[in-house]
Amino acid sequence: MYAQMVESGTSDDSAEAEAFQRRIDAGEKIEPKDWMPEGYRKTLIRQIGQHAHSEIVGQLPEGNWITRAPTLERKAILLAKVQDEAGHGLYLYCAAETLGVSRDELTEMLLDGRMKYSSIFNYPTLTWADMGAVGWLVDGAAIMNQVPLQRTSYGPYSRAMIRICKEESFHQRQGFDIMMKMANGTEAQKKMAQDALDRFWYPSLMMFGPSDKDSVHSAQSMAWKIKMNTNDELRQKFVDQTVPQAEYLGLAVPDPDLRWNETKGGYDFSEPDWSEFFEVIKGNGPCNRERLAARNKAWDEGKWVRDAMLAHARKKRAAKMVAE
Amino acid sequence: MDVFEFLCRMGDNTLVLGSRISEWCGHGPALEEEIALANTALDLIGQTQMWLGLAAEVECRGRTADDLAMLRDVWDFRNLLLVEQPKGDFGQTMMRQYLFDQFHLPYLEALVTSSDSRIAGVAAKAAKEAAYHLERSRMTVIALGDGTKESNNRMQAALDLLWPYAGEMFASDDVDRSLAKAGIAPDPKDLRAQYLEAVGWTMEEATLTIPEGQFCHAGGRTGARHSEHLGHLLSTMQWLQRAYPGATW
Amino acid sequence: MNDTRKEWPLWEVFIRGQHGMSHRHVGSLHAPDAEMAIRNARDVYTRRKEGISIWVVEAGKITASAPSQKGPLYDPAESKVYRHPTFFDIPDDVGAM
Repeated sequence: MYAQMVESGTSDDSAEAEAFQRRIDAGEKIEPKDWMPEGYRKTLIRQIGQHAHSEIVGQLPEGNWITRAPTLERKAILLAKVQDEAGHGLYLYCAAETLGVSRDELTEMLLDGRMKYSSIFNYPTLTWADMGAVGWLVDGAAIMNQVPLQRTSYGPYSRAMIRICKEESFHQRQGFDIMMKMANGTEAQKKMAQDALDRFWYPSLMMFGPSDKDSVHSAQSMAWKIKMNTNDELRQKFVDQTVPQAEYLGLAVPDPDLRWNETKGGYDFSEPDWSEFFEVIKGNGPCNRERLAARNKAWDEGKWVRDAMLAHARKKRAAKMVAE
Repeated sequence: MDVFEFLCRMGDNTLVLGSRISEWCGHGPALEEEIALANTALDLIGQTQMWLGLAAEVECRGRTADDLAMLRDVWDFRNLLLVEQPKGDFGQTMMRQYLFDQFHLPYLEALVTSSDSRIAGVAAKAAKEAAYHLERSRMTVIALGDGTKESNNRMQAALDLLWPYAGEMFASDDVDRSLAKAGIAPDPKDLRAQYLEAVGWTMEEATLTIPEGQFCHAGGRTGARHSEHLGHLLSTMQWLQRAYPGATW
Repeated sequence: MNDTRKEWPLWEVFIRGQHGMSHRHVGSLHAPDAEMAIRNARDVYTRRKEGISIWVVEAGKITASAPSQKGPLYDPAESKVYRHPTFFDIPDDVGAM
């Protein structure tokens, strides 16, 4: 997901921690000023921070096509979508800030590699069909996770997710809309669409993180309601939803072992190559270096702007105080 | 085809500037600034659809706004040289934006009373958006000019670089004169004094100095001689339509 | 205020979406001062919908008794129809999206 392999803190058995867990079990929301276990706070910072970073880095693969969008309307739609991602990163950073960490601190941790972002954004967008595939598959996978997170226990995170889900509902549809045009278009367009699905299928499955049997941190996060479903549950749901859509498009999911399983009422499918996933997480994905370099450049080259605007605001305030 | 020529000037300005500022998407100095800039780009692309849509309509040759945007070459573009200049640093982008917005708003406001109701309608919508663009770019130029020593130097460099492109906005030609006569559009040269005064106030607040000299580059709005930058912008923007002719997207 | 601080202050944003309604908290953002915070709020939280009223207050200046309740939502600008999912015509037989 946008937050993958977030290391979960541990709770303690103090009376406060037990009362805290009872509140969560009763469906209450935890708010910034409420008592919370240190592990809960730290896990949330890691998870919300990683989610925010994913939105910000996630602008880059699609931003790559804004200047090349084929029509004025497609250009406007793509620009609006990438802008939304900046907004979503902003909402999430603000949610994290209620836990006592600043946006600048989080940003610096992204830029020097201490914090991660989703593996998916380390894959390149090579053709216009990738704009379709990213919207359809990547946003589709993200929504799977984000919809249940609207009910997460931490109030500011939950509110950010509600706003994000509302704004994001058009993202997946615009992706599918692009895919429909391509799949029903010229031979070259169809080929482009199939190629995009071939390249994005397994990386999309990786978004949900490794199998739950290898994920040691899930239980505590699920008890705290900051993780709402297991990785495998969401992945299965995603495959079950996406395969019929691919069939509708007349595109082939690149998995020879994909089969409907009547007994479980879902598809059997091949696991992605998890060694590739761990390489991407380590920094060896196709675009890791470019993505981090782009964010570092924006941050470094923006410094004089941020400093100057603050300096101007301070001068204005000082002048106003003198006048008063 | 004076009206067609005029509509291309309007639409090409917003198209080229909108494309230029969308280059900042994902690369801005702060999230808030980036989101604001994307809003401006979205407005300008929306205005392009209206202006070029109207241009295609008055031309009556079966072309669409997208055809005009994606299938004309450099010599057919009618945008100002100012808006095709590269993005440079954030200061240069905001200076380019301000110098354009300060012209764009009064020009659109004058167009609201155009004798052509279609033009008046587009102008009315665009003017509302341009008013906010100007408010924002003006404030940013002032803040960055006044902010720090470094920012002041950068903004002065941006002004020195871009000022010689400002004059082209007021270089009237026969098209402008004929449209002014018909009450369709104002003659831009009549807006020059007001522009110089407004820019003067802004630069004073920004503690920046307008360069001496009357020289100005020209050739964009007539299409006679664009800068080399436009061709690169077009080859990026038009690539898909050129590479896959006849495909729908 | 500490002038060695380099980060823009955090502001809380309150918006009145319709006449007759009260301002509601919609979220936060960073801005160098109140004036810029208002403009940023317009760009970030209303995506430019006209006819609304915005309040901003520096987050550090709020005195809070208890946590606030569920935050409101805000519609994107009306002219940007493509921001709405219904803009994209997905055939019924594709299923839910």
